[in-house]
Amino acid sequence: MSTKLGQTPSQTLGPFFAMRIATGGENILPVPDGAERVVISGRIFDGDGIHVEDALVETWQANPAGRYRHPDDISDRSLDEDFTGFARAKTEFETGVYRVETVKPGRVPDPEGEPQSPHISMIIQARGMLNPLFTRLYFSDEPDANDHDMVLASVPAERRSTLIAQLVSGSDPKEYRFDVRLQGDGETVFFDV
Amino acid sequence: MTEPIVRHYGPRAYPDHPPFRYPEYKSTIKRSPDHDLLSIIATLSETTGPGPVWAEITEEDADLTTNAGTGSPAIGERIIVTGHVLDEHGNGVPDTILEIWQSNSAGRYAHWRESNNNAPLDPNFIGVGQCRTDAEGGYKFTSIRPGPYPWGNNPNAWRPSHIHFSVLGPALGTRLVTQMYFEGDPLLRLDSIYNSAPEHSRERMVADYDHDVTVEGWATGWRWNIVIRGEESMLEEAE
Repeated sequence: MSTKLGQTPSQTLGPFFAMRIATGGENILPVPDGAERVVISGRIFDGDGIHVEDALVETWQANPAGRYRHPDDISDRSLDEDFTGFARAKTEFETGVYRVETVKPGRVPDPEGEPQSPHISMIIQARGMLNPLFTRLYFSDEPDANDHDMVLASVPAERRSTLIAQLVSGSDPKEYRFDVRLQGDGETVFFDV
Repeated sequence: MTEPIVRHYGPRAYPDHPPFRYPEYKSTIKRSPDHDLLSIIATLSETTGPGPVWAEITEEDADLTTNAGTGSPAIGERIIVTGHVLDEHGNGVPDTILEIWQSNSAGRYAHWRESNNNAPLDPNFIGVGQCRTDAEGGYKFTSIRPGPYPWGNNPNAWRPSHIHFSVLGPALGTRLVTQMYFEGDPLLRLDSIYNSAPEHSRERMVADYDHDVTVEGWATGWRWNIVIRGEESMLEEAE
């Protein structure tokens, strides 16, 4: 017989999380030698198309070699000691824009051992959100790798574009736009992680 | 080549959590998805997460009565809040960071958006802290009891006293942000955020007064455990 304990219910983080979370600099990750710098920015939109002025965006990613800074990733790919892979950004109150400065992640194996396309996991929370929403960000300039990614393939074709960050400018860093739509037309795909 | 460990976590128990859309809490109406969540085959991207590395780089700062650094204590009813972070199987979750934020004893947050709240600020209270769980998952904060405060969700609405808690846990999917409430608070039954959690699970967010935690002449004691997702394989072994 199961003696399972019940999970503590989730609650909204409210409008004041930035007192502690996503304080200055948590949205900027150090750049390992030789890594490809990328900047991700965008806005979070509600069901009326209004930007969410108080969202928390958290990102989790592998390093350029495709290794996670985590005790379960014991692969022999190289680890960058200073690169945590974890960034936290808040959307700006006036503009609704969040910004994460990081590096392009390498390819991480899927459970079949095939390389996944480069991607960044994202957790979105805000006032008015009682649970976190989980999504993934892929890169528009990786069309071939995206075509062979196991997780993207599991997404209905007509919704895949909601997971693709669009290259908008630059080479160092490359800048990508990734908007998230919480509801309605073009709603972003969210995963039951 | 050494293969990574891909653990299997049990599901986020959505029936125990609030719905995404809970109209009594008005802000959820436009900030909740229309589509169902899409199932995902968990990969290393989901079964790893930022919790362990965050615990490496975050310093403990668990006394909110003094961490404003002014040399004077915060004003309010001094409290000790302690308990464990557990997984669903009752195992302590060690070495994970709890981050908390709260209003002051008058019910005001030290945040610029609080300009409409005419409750006083306390220059000796910043209302944020963090601590690392010990080898058994135990944690302990010292703070002041946050005051209730008015908000605009419905007429004459007041949030019950609460402390925001954030936990990363071992994996991406163990992320939990919740609120801790206080046993006996009469505002609980009127609060649309507290009541957004199902009736059968909402009391899990309520800390119990614990006289064994209370320190004579110093602070009242409150005990509260947080339960996050655990590994599924361990559940099967337990059954």
